[in-house]
Amino acid sequence: MPIADLPLWAEIAVTFFLVVGGLFGLVGSFGLLKLPDPMTRLHAPTKATTLGVGGVLIASMIYIFAAEGRVSMHELLITLFLVITSPITALFIAKVHIHMREKPETLPEPRDASGWASFTADGPARGVRDRQPVEPGAPDKTA
Amino acid sequence: MLSRFLPHPLLSLTLVATWLLLVNSLKLNSIVFAVILGLVIPMLTRAYWPDMPRLRSPLRAIEYTFVVLYDIVKANIDVALIVVFKPARDIRPAWICVPLDVRSPEAITALASTITLTPGTVSCDLSADGRAILVHALHAPDPDAIRDEIKSRYERRLKEIFE
Repeated sequence: MPIADLPLWAEIAVTFFLVVGGLFGLVGSFGLLKLPDPMTRLHAPTKATTLGVGGVLIASMIYIFAAEGRVSMHELLITLFLVITSPITALFIAKVHIHMREKPETLPEPRDASGWASFTADGPARGVRDRQPVEPGAPDKTA
Repeated sequence: MLSRFLPHPLLSLTLVATWLLLVNSLKLNSIVFAVILGLVIPMLTRAYWPDMPRLRSPLRAIEYTFVVLYDIVKANIDVALIVVFKPARDIRPAWICVPLDVRSPEAITALASTITLTPGTVSCDLSADGRAILVHALHAPDPDAIRDEIKSRYERRLKEIFE
């Protein structure tokens, strides 16, 4: 696709958002290198991608609007899919970390001493809404 | 009758809108296919989502979206500054237990996703009785302040939206 001639305001705006997005992407990757352990490292990319990718998407919307005169909606959808999926990948990584590196003693105690779901035999999978509160010292708390 | 064919009207509406955005056109055939998807997918998946969540105030949901968007931008800058300028030995990561007042699974899911999306905190686990979320914070000199902010800024709003 040939690069269209953009009006000046659009060039400035597209450049600005591309640079901002690139900067946050760079910081996120740098955080991966710098931070000391898996849990803190998890913070850098999950965060940097929200603004890093967001900046590139805004730049793309402005470019298409200025070059082709239409509003492109795909960027909004990408945002929607990212917002839905990125917490889930972060949760999976955190869960793996909890299973492999943490013990109940190294985490803060939840209210009612029912234990965290990762360490109990049957987590909250059967439905939070109809679950009875677990008595303190209930037998399904495993170390 | 209506609930039989439209177990989740909001989900159907979202699916129609998503499909139309995906094909990026408003031609008749796209609309027909979008409506088919919006009818069939909720019927096929209703077994996995038996309860109908009540969205008590859609206006507040929109307000919540903007609060979260603003926080994502603000906290992204905070985290970037921590990552770039703070020496690794000065970063104080912490596990934080956030007790929950919201009960509905949809509200808890939304809260957990919000915590992860706002930089600096990741929600990691749910307690076995579903009454507390385990949160990991990148830099938390004062863990109680973060817990209180999550409860007052996000959970209070979600409670108004869902319950």
